[in-house]
Amino acid sequence: MDVRKFVVGLFDDEKVLFPAVKQVRKAGFRIHDVYTPFPIHGLDKVMGLRETSLHTAGFIYGITGTTIALSFMSWVFTSDWPLNIGGKPHLPLPAFVPVTFEFTVLCAAVGMVLTFCYLCQLAPGVKKHHFDARATDDKFVMVIECTSETTEAEATALLNAAGAHEVHTQIAEAGWWFGTYDKEQKLYDESQVKVAH
Amino acid sequence: MVLTAIGAVALAAGIAFLGLSKDEHASTRFWAVLLQNSVYWLLVVNAAMFFLCATTLAWAGWTQSFRRVVEAISVVVIPFGILAFIVLMGLVFGHQHHIYHWLDTEAVANDKILSGKSGFLNPTFFTIWSAITIGGWIFLGWNMRRISREADVQPFTVEEGKKWIFKNTVHASFYIVLFALTVASSIPWLWLMSIDAHWYSTMYSWYTFASSFVAGMALIALFVIYLKNQGHLPYTSEEHLHDIAKFMFAFSVFWTYLWFSQYMLIWYANIPEETEYFKARVWGEYRGLFYLNLALNFLSPLLVLMKAGAKRNYTIVSFMAILIIIGHWVDFYLMVMPKPLGDHASIGWFELGIAIGYVGMIIWFVGRALEKAPLVPMHHPFLKESVIHHT
Repeated sequence: MDVRKFVVGLFDDEKVLFPAVKQVRKAGFRIHDVYTPFPIHGLDKVMGLRETSLHTAGFIYGITGTTIALSFMSWVFTSDWPLNIGGKPHLPLPAFVPVTFEFTVLCAAVGMVLTFCYLCQLAPGVKKHHFDARATDDKFVMVIECTSETTEAEATALLNAAGAHEVHTQIAEAGWWFGTYDKEQKLYDESQVKVAH
Repeated sequence: MVLTAIGAVALAAGIAFLGLSKDEHASTRFWAVLLQNSVYWLLVVNAAMFFLCATTLAWAGWTQSFRRVVEAISVVVIPFGILAFIVLMGLVFGHQHHIYHWLDTEAVANDKILSGKSGFLNPTFFTIWSAITIGGWIFLGWNMRRISREADVQPFTVEEGKKWIFKNTVHASFYIVLFALTVASSIPWLWLMSIDAHWYSTMYSWYTFASSFVAGMALIALFVIYLKNQGHLPYTSEEHLHDIAKFMFAFSVFWTYLWFSQYMLIWYANIPEETEYFKARVWGEYRGLFYLNLALNFLSPLLVLMKAGAKRNYTIVSFMAILIIIGHWVDFYLMVMPKPLGDHASIGWFELGIAIGYVGMIIWFVGRALEKAPLVPMHHPFLKESVIHHT
């Protein structure tokens, strides 16, 4: 259980959202996340997110695939079960290239998809709290976490000043859980809230 | 300046070598080098217009902030086209049958394969189709540049802008059709593949196209970086460089794909009439260059340009662009030399001199062309898209 208190601000327009994000960060608030109906170029930079290392993981998966494919085929055709195929040498590298290439792509692709799911905490049965369902339609939702330094009142005032047309507070589970969304119906009381410093 | 001097030195070198060409081997070397360089550099600068037309057809916005650089490179098709035509005509009417074996009428009459191909490989068709091709590239390229200049005059209204973009699209498609009929099919067969007159490969034209296109993108990158460093091109940034470098990276891999597909099918089938092409290149004096070709054009772009940071770094991209241009020059060298010269080809002062001369000419002609038009098409409807471009 990792229940925290969040101030949720809804924006109508990305043009308002961008300066708002900058303003909120400048004021020292902790942005839990920003939920948008479509990907917005440059938002990650404004939010100060670090660049993903997914591509490094992809490179490592790829190079692993190359190594496995090449070494396995070399082992099979030279020592485990040498076959004479059309008088070609036992280690016909050109013939290995297509298979090696495909296996590299397979490893990189599958590995990256799984890593992506892990990083985004996506899996069958895994649930996360939805701050506002309208983030999938036409609203830009900024969620600020209340800490010991930043209070609910301050965050609300700041979001209102930054152009949010609707601001409210939610006490919600911050992490993920297995199961159903029933948990969300249950109201949390303030005593359960953990406050970050 | 210095670059014109390099061109002049190479020209002098060429003239000096001309006197040497009484000997048959020397004259074959002379013409083979001219053929390799004139065709290579012509296809490289011609790739600029292809890039422009392909992005126009795709309604790409990001290219607009540096499109005048691409247009300036495509201007060089005019002098290089004329030079290449002179060289090709010199080959055909100078009866250089050591290079184009199909010019030898006696040999063709006694050769079933060559007489079968004579409907395509004959001086008349060669001359006419080469003239139409080069003339078409020059005319349709000029046409695209003329339309592009209309964006300098005054702002378009929305309706005018739409009409103008549509006009661009239509004229670009003319060029693309011609390109498909020439660079992507018949021209590499005629100019390069017919050197190995008995041999054929259906992959050859695409492979040549990939080679010249990736070198063309490298050339565009070099000019964009140079102008940016000189403080021009205010709206071009590493975002645009990133995309140009992506083209260099992707088409290096594409080139390898075609190169390898051609090699592997021939290696696998192992039919003598096909393997003769690679036998000359893998098992002889060319072995070193053959592997150098792969290292320069596949391994180095693959490993160096893979990281996003490398594609946004002006120094790394400049270095790789120069490497790619040299690499594909070597690739064209391997396409041309082995048949006419056998194991006696060399890369000496003449080969390098002519290549440097061509580089000098590119810099001189592009520099002149850049002066003639504003560097940014201020009223292009897509310009804003390019200014705010984000990769």
